[in-house]
Amino acid sequence: MKLPGGIGLRIGAVVAVVAACFVIFGTFHGPQTKSVQHGYRGTGMDLVYARAELVAARADNGLPDAIDTVEPAGQKSSEVYQNVQVLGDIDVAEFNRLMASFAAWVAPKDGPQAGCAYCHGNEGNFASDALYTKRVARRMLQMTRHINADWQPHVQKTGVTCYTCHRGQPVPSYVWFKNPGPASGMAVPTAAGGTSSLLTDPYTPYLDGTAEIRVASTTALPAGDRQSIKQTEGTYSLMMHMANSLGVNCTYCHNTRAFSNWSQSTPQRVSAWYGIRMVRDIDRNYLESLQDTFPVTRLGPHGDVAKVNCTTCHQGAFKPLLGASMVGSYPELIASGSEPPKPPHM
Amino acid sequence: MAMLSFERKYRVPGGTLMGGDLFDFWVGPFYVGVFGVTTIFFSFLGTALILYGAAIGPTWNVWQINIAPPDISYGLRFAPLKQGGLWQWITVAATGAFISWALREVEICRKLGIGLHVPIAFAVAIGAYLTLEVVRPVLLGAWGFGFPYGILSHLDWVSNTGYQYLHFHYNPAHMLAVSFFFATTLALSLHGSLVLSSVNPQKGEPVKTPEHENTVFRDYIGWSIGTLGIHRLGLFLALSAGFWSAVCIVISGPFWSRGWPEWWGWYLNLPIWR
Repeated sequence: MKLPGGIGLRIGAVVAVVAACFVIFGTFHGPQTKSVQHGYRGTGMDLVYARAELVAARADNGLPDAIDTVEPAGQKSSEVYQNVQVLGDIDVAEFNRLMASFAAWVAPKDGPQAGCAYCHGNEGNFASDALYTKRVARRMLQMTRHINADWQPHVQKTGVTCYTCHRGQPVPSYVWFKNPGPASGMAVPTAAGGTSSLLTDPYTPYLDGTAEIRVASTTALPAGDRQSIKQTEGTYSLMMHMANSLGVNCTYCHNTRAFSNWSQSTPQRVSAWYGIRMVRDIDRNYLESLQDTFPVTRLGPHGDVAKVNCTTCHQGAFKPLLGASMVGSYPELIASGSEPPKPPHM
Repeated sequence: MAMLSFERKYRVPGGTLMGGDLFDFWVGPFYVGVFGVTTIFFSFLGTALILYGAAIGPTWNVWQINIAPPDISYGLRFAPLKQGGLWQWITVAATGAFISWALREVEICRKLGIGLHVPIAFAVAIGAYLTLEVVRPVLLGAWGFGFPYGILSHLDWVSNTGYQYLHFHYNPAHMLAVSFFFATTLALSLHGSLVLSSVNPQKGEPVKTPEHENTVFRDYIGWSIGTLGIHRLGLFLALSAGFWSAVCIVISGPFWSRGWPEWWGWYLNLPIWR
């Protein structure tokens, strides 16, 4: 068969066909999806997942081997061990089980730095605070107890343990450091904004600082709302981060016809509101209190400590570990510190 | 209604798609035909169902009347009338009416012995509608993914469905569709203003012909697409806009379930600069 056109046209046609095949077969998935309706029928407030995403989520959110519960030994841990500053009141058997759990959740790998030695060293002196890892672990324990007791508007009774973030790693896989990015802070693909070109670092203003997320005017005509495109894109970057952290889309919390309107939003938005405040509390009062405890090698390029955002716990799931609760057999991980903030204005 | 003297010669029998001469006549200026009758049947049925849906709904405010598809839990099954069944039957009626109208256009073209460009163009619009209300819901496994019938409610659906993919402007087919929509209005405005300028010459000048029109664009850009070509271009631009609109929504969900910005990972990861 004689093809029409000169050699240039034929080469062009081949390139176009190859490119089209790449786009069609190389960048999309097949139509095997699973959906969750999240609003009144016909509002388009739906979540659509490719089946492969759900399989991956199930694989990524497996639970570690459960550690057997123990009979109380009848002695407080502080009567057996020295320098027990946080958990001195609990039974020593429970205390030992908790310590074994920490090792399994945070530093389970083999080697001289693994298990108990990761915090306690190899000298056999378990009371020593010489290693920074032990001092950090103590602060993280206080944080965990505070979250489980005082942030139930966000974590409910499900609660969190070390494993929620650490997943068997000494440093959780998803933490953030200050990242001013290029001078403009824009026009580059950003991980925070789901590879859009929104603000590079929405965490510093919104999760470390207390910048307001509300940018929409409440009046039809200009009446003093000084929020600019820059603030708006900052909030969108943060919202992209939240959506991708939870593996959801904007309609999980918002009816997008009126993003700011609480009465048209879903109950999950209230949970997210508490979540933002919880993260600020964790970053400012717990992680940043460890600024001088961490060695320089653990700090970010700008010398700040690793901090948490939504991904640190959620890791792509609408509930961390797909909603599985590990805190149930560890009542010592729930202990009140301070009160949570008041609920949002409805 | 009086018929113009030259109209009679165009009113020829035959050319019907199903053969025979059932309804092969005119009522006033309108050709009827079998598909004119089915158009009327489906449009009356659909309109009556919409009115019934409005009557059992909470409002007669024309902006707020909303006839929504069934819950996703119904899948591709029939739903009770008041839980989305109405939407299903209205969709059947609309589809029947649209396709009937296109087939009536085909019959008229056949009677006149002209090309089928008009019904084919209309078929692209029908295709876009069916993509939204039938093809995509079937691919996603539930009628509940169709847009609701209501002036504001369907706009809310568009907003929420767009935000399901975080930033719809990153959808490559949406980019193409928007570009074609802009291009088609640009082409139409250039064409319309050019013709009007030709037949509305300056005072004392005679009406100009296509040679002048061609010269305008040769002077502008060195080349004129010509009197026939501009219509080919216009049809291509307009149909491309509708076609890529349909593509951009059918890939959202069935073939891409995450934010659209993320789809461009393949571009960010090209080995040239990754």
